[in-house]
Formats: sequence, C-alpha cells, structure tokens
Amino acid sequence: MGRYFRRKLLIYGLTFVIAVSINFAVPRLMPGDPVARMLTRNSVANIESSEAMRAYFNQLFGLDVPLWQQYLNYWAALFRGDLGVSVFAFPSPVASVVADALPYTLALLLPSILLSWFAGNALGAMAARNKLLDNGALPIGYVLTAVPYMWLAILLAWVGGIILGWFPVAGGYSFALTPAFTWTFIVDLLHHWVLPFLSLFVVALGGWAIGMRNLVIYELESDYSNYLQALGAPNRLVRRYAFRNAVLPQITGLALQLGVVVGGALVTEVVFAYPGLGSLLLEAVNSQDFFLLQGILLFIVIGVLVFNFLADIVYVLVDPRTRLGLEGGQS
Amino acid sequence: MTLEVEGLKVHYRTLKGDVRALDGVSFSLADGEIVGLAGESGCGKTTLGKSLIRLDGRMRHVAGTAVLDGEELPIGDDKAMNPRRWSAVSIIPQYSMSALNPTRRIGRMIAELLRSRGKSYRDHRDELVRRLELVGLEARVLDNYPIELSGGMKQRVVMVLSTLLDPSLLIADEVTSALDVTNQKAVAETLVRFRDMGFVKSMIVVTHDLSLVYQIADTIMVMYAGQIVEKAPAETIIKAPRHPYTRALIGALPEVGLEYGDERLQSIPGKPPHLLHPPTGCRFRARCPLAADECAAEPPIVAVEAGHEVSCWKAAD
Repeated sequence: MGRYFRRKLLIYGLTFVIAVSINFAVPRLMPGDPVARMLTRNSVANIESSEAMRAYFNQLFGLDVPLWQQYLNYWAALFRGDLGVSVFAFPSPVASVVADALPYTLALLLPSILLSWFAGNALGAMAARNKLLDNGALPIGYVLTAVPYMWLAILLAWVGGIILGWFPVAGGYSFALTPAFTWTFIVDLLHHWVLPFLSLFVVALGGWAIGMRNLVIYELESDYSNYLQALGAPNRLVRRYAFRNAVLPQITGLALQLGVVVGGALVTEVVFAYPGLGSLLLEAVNSQDFFLLQGILLFIVIGVLVFNFLADIVYVLVDPRTRLGLEGGQS
Repeated sequence: MTLEVEGLKVHYRTLKGDVRALDGVSFSLADGEIVGLAGESGCGKTTLGKSLIRLDGRMRHVAGTAVLDGEELPIGDDKAMNPRRWSAVSIIPQYSMSALNPTRRIGRMIAELLRSRGKSYRDHRDELVRRLELVGLEARVLDNYPIELSGGMKQRVVMVLSTLLDPSLLIADEVTSALDVTNQKAVAETLVRFRDMGFVKSMIVVTHDLSLVYQIADTIMVMYAGQIVEKAPAETIIKAPRHPYTRALIGALPEVGLEYGDERLQSIPGKPPHLLHPPTGCRFRARCPLAADECAAEPPIVAVEAGHEVSCWKAAD
C-alpha cells in the first residue's frame, strides 16, 4: 500500500506544479494592465509623477523583471507563504484578503455539502425501497438538480427576504454591526447565513438523492443481493450490504465536491452579496488583480488536490477492491 | 419421496402479457436422487429451479404445488418461504463468481448471514472449515475478500456455503457453465460427493450440457417450451431417447473418438416457440421431423417403461 500512496503523492505533486504554473500564466495572459488601471483609478494627471508611480508599482509587484524571473520569484515567494500584495485592496497582502473571505465560504459550503450528502443519501436509499416515496421524491429530486443555483437563490431571496421578510437578502452580517465575538453578532451572522445555505443545500440534496437511489437499486439487483435473498437472508441484511456498497461512489463524489469548496458557489455568493471567496474572485477579475486571482486560484487548487487525496485514502480503507487492484492483485 | 411437483405453472409478467415459462410441470424426486434438467435456452429450466426457492419480482406462481418432505412449499409467498430457504431448499446460483459481497471478508459475510437467520456462527464454523478443506480450500479463505480468490475458488466457497445447513433439496443452476473443462469435472464430482456424504438429500442439476449431466445424474428430464417432454434414467436418455426433441439434442452432441472432418454437427432447425402465446398441441410440432396430424392435439404422457416417460404421440412407435 505504501507504494500506492507514494505514486499517488507523486502524481498530486506533479499536478500541483502544473496547476501553479498555469495559475501564474493565466492572469498575465489576460488583456489589460493592472498598474495602468491603478493609476487611472488614482487619476494621476501629471505625466512625470505618473511615470514615477508606474515604476514604483511595477517594482513593488515585481513586474519590472523578465517573465521567467517573475516565474521563479513567484515560486520562491510561494514557499515563504507570500502571495503578494493585492491590487484591488491595496496595500493589504493577498494572504490576509483571502483569509478574511475564507471563513465565510467554508461556513457556507461545508455544512451545505456535508448535510446535503448525508440527507440525500438517506433519502435516496429510502426511495430505493419504497415505491410511494420513490414516485414522490424522484421527480422533486430531478427538478431540484435541474434548477440552477442562482435561480433558486433569487427565488429564495424573493420569498424568504421580500415576501415573508424573515431573512435579510444580502451581506454576511448587518452593516450596522462590526465583526465581534458577541451573541448579537453571531445570531446576525446565522440570520444572514440561512438563505445562501438553503439555496446550496436544496439543489445538492436532489442530486445526491437521485444518485443514491439509482446506486442502491443497482446494488439490490446485483448477484450477491439475489444470492443472499435466495439463502433467506432478511431484507435488513440485504439492504445494509447494498447501502454500504452503493455509498462508495458517493464518497468519491463528496470528495470532489469538497475539493471545489474553496472555489465556492460563486454565483450564490454574488446573488446574496455574501463576502466569501466567490465574491472576492469576481472582484479580483473585475479589477484585474493578478495577485489576488492567483491567491484564490491557488487555494482552490490546493483544496481540490487535498480533498481528492483524502478521498483516495478513504476509498482504499472502505473498498478492498481498490486496495488489491492497486497492489497488483496479489493476496 | 423428497420432492413432489404437481402441475406447476409459473408465468413472467411482461408488458405484452404473461409469458408462460412453466406450463404445467409435474415430476418427483426420490431421496438421494440427482436429477439433471436439460434443454435449450429459454425452455424454462432455470425458471423451474428458481420457482422452487425464490420467485423474482417478475415471476408469478399461477398454479400447481410442490411438496418437500411431506410439507407443501409456499411457492408464491416470499415471506413464508424464507425460513425454508437454505435449510430445506438451497441453490447454487448461475453467477457464483459474483455471488459474494465484494466488500466483506468471506468469513464475516457468512457469520452475518448465519446470525441474520438466527443461527450461531460458532456452532457452524468447524463444519464450515471441514467442508472447505474437503473441496480443497484452506480455512484462510474466510479471511479473504472475494476478489482475492480465483473463479474456481469462489465457486467452491459458494458450493460449501449453499449446502452448509444440509438442505433437503439443492438446485444447482448452470453451475459449470462459466468454468473451464477441468473445473467443470471437479465441480460435477463435488456435487456427487456432497450427495454421498449426506450434505444434501437430493439435487436438481440445471444445465444445457447433456454430456456433463450424464456423468452425475441418476435421472435426466428434458424440457421444451415450458414443459417436461421426457424423463428417464440418465443411461436411457442418452442411449435410447424416445422423444424426437431429445433425439435431436443428443444428435447435436459431438462424440468422442469420431472424426468429423468437414462434416458439420447436426443442429436442430428452427427456434423454440415464444411462450407469450405458446402453440396448441405438441409444442415441438413445428420443428419435429415426425410431426403428423395428431400432433395438433396435446400429446399424452406415455410410460414406455418403468421410470421412462415421454410426452409424444409417436412414443409408442
């Protein structure tokens, strides 16, 4: 098994290097000059001072050296944990801008993905063995998965925020409050969290439920289930085995979902003006903020790789078939 | 008398209507008897095997009874059948290679299965190991996952597991179809050994391989289009078949020691009838070389000699 994980680590390492390189290249291939943009924003009219500022910024952001050197500097800085300075939130460092937004995204996405996974699997497994529930839950599930996140988000904001007036429709917390570790603030935070959470939870729920239902039905019709039933095994045992085996592909799906957690549901955050990574990403693109964009994408890449690696480990632990197959099949 | 089947009818429900896979099957099985059940694909032999232990969702018990050891089997009642499965009637399925849960160690799966039936694993473990050794497997396989065993080993595990509770009747459904010739022989011999050692009282061996079943069966039944057309001691079926269908089947077998050269083996022209609307009269009529006017009526079952029954108008000739 050690050889398997070493090989996996090598592959993930390679992927990381390639992803980081692409991450470096993409913003620089985008049209536009961020420094020029900053200068226009500061509306420096004087040509001389403008030139001086341009030189200063170019030097500050490390844009005054050839591309290959920028690339090497980029790697060196990366290992020091230095992601550069944000253009859009100048002069805050990228790391702290990302760190400010990250908790919002995690608090939104982790619960919605995990809870919808558990609830969806349970619902799907129940639907697989109950005709009535199946006929009711399945069409609803299909509608829910087919619904785009932002459409449902807008609908929820309209119903929950405008018509019923139960929840605020925008922001991570009330503008009147400043972030602090007080009950008022935490309750306010939760209050703002409900709608974006629901919109993500509900859409994901349908997908998990449909997937699980199909998987369980497939397992219940498989040969080992038939054999167990022919030997008079009670339904309880047959279902337990079917559920356990059906959940395996769902674990991979969960890991992939968790991987994109950091990327976030960009659109949902934009709809609810939620101060997470998704909104930040949009602002970074809009203001051609190379460094912020790179920082965010780096987090996404790391997230995908780490969670995929976790999925590999979990998979090997729960499914003996992968364990053997990857060892070359010797027993 | 172990098993007595009388007028058994089992239909498959389809959108177009009922497919009469078993249309009035009657036979009996003595203690210690191995019956071979032969016929083309789609003649109902697997359906017969399955209906004695577990009807699947599409199958419907229409008529007829099966009495095992003096007790009627509740064929149509899935719940009532459950206590009898494995302990009174058991099956070695067609799909032995994939019959074991791939994510459980074999020993643990057997333990959980026994426990779910209210039996103790500890009581059965010694016997289980003894029987595994009998078929040439070490006790170690109980700690293996199914994927760690070869196809032949899995087959043997399933054979031991299916007969662990000493069932009265064992249905072996195409057990040799997926195996190579050496394994086929070994499996066939194991089945006979299980009978001889009293692990099972009697056995129905479902197969399309007449030459294999001839080696192990005491009696052979030939099915055609949902009915039994001929039943006789194995020797008689091979050497002196009376039903034209049985003759055609035997004629299609290659014989050892004969050079065929460019000559082609005889096959049976035509196809078996579709059982959605089975033909009236003798069902083999359309393909039968001997067919005559009288065959338009249902043929009688003629006992040409003791233990040899043929369902054919021409049987007496």
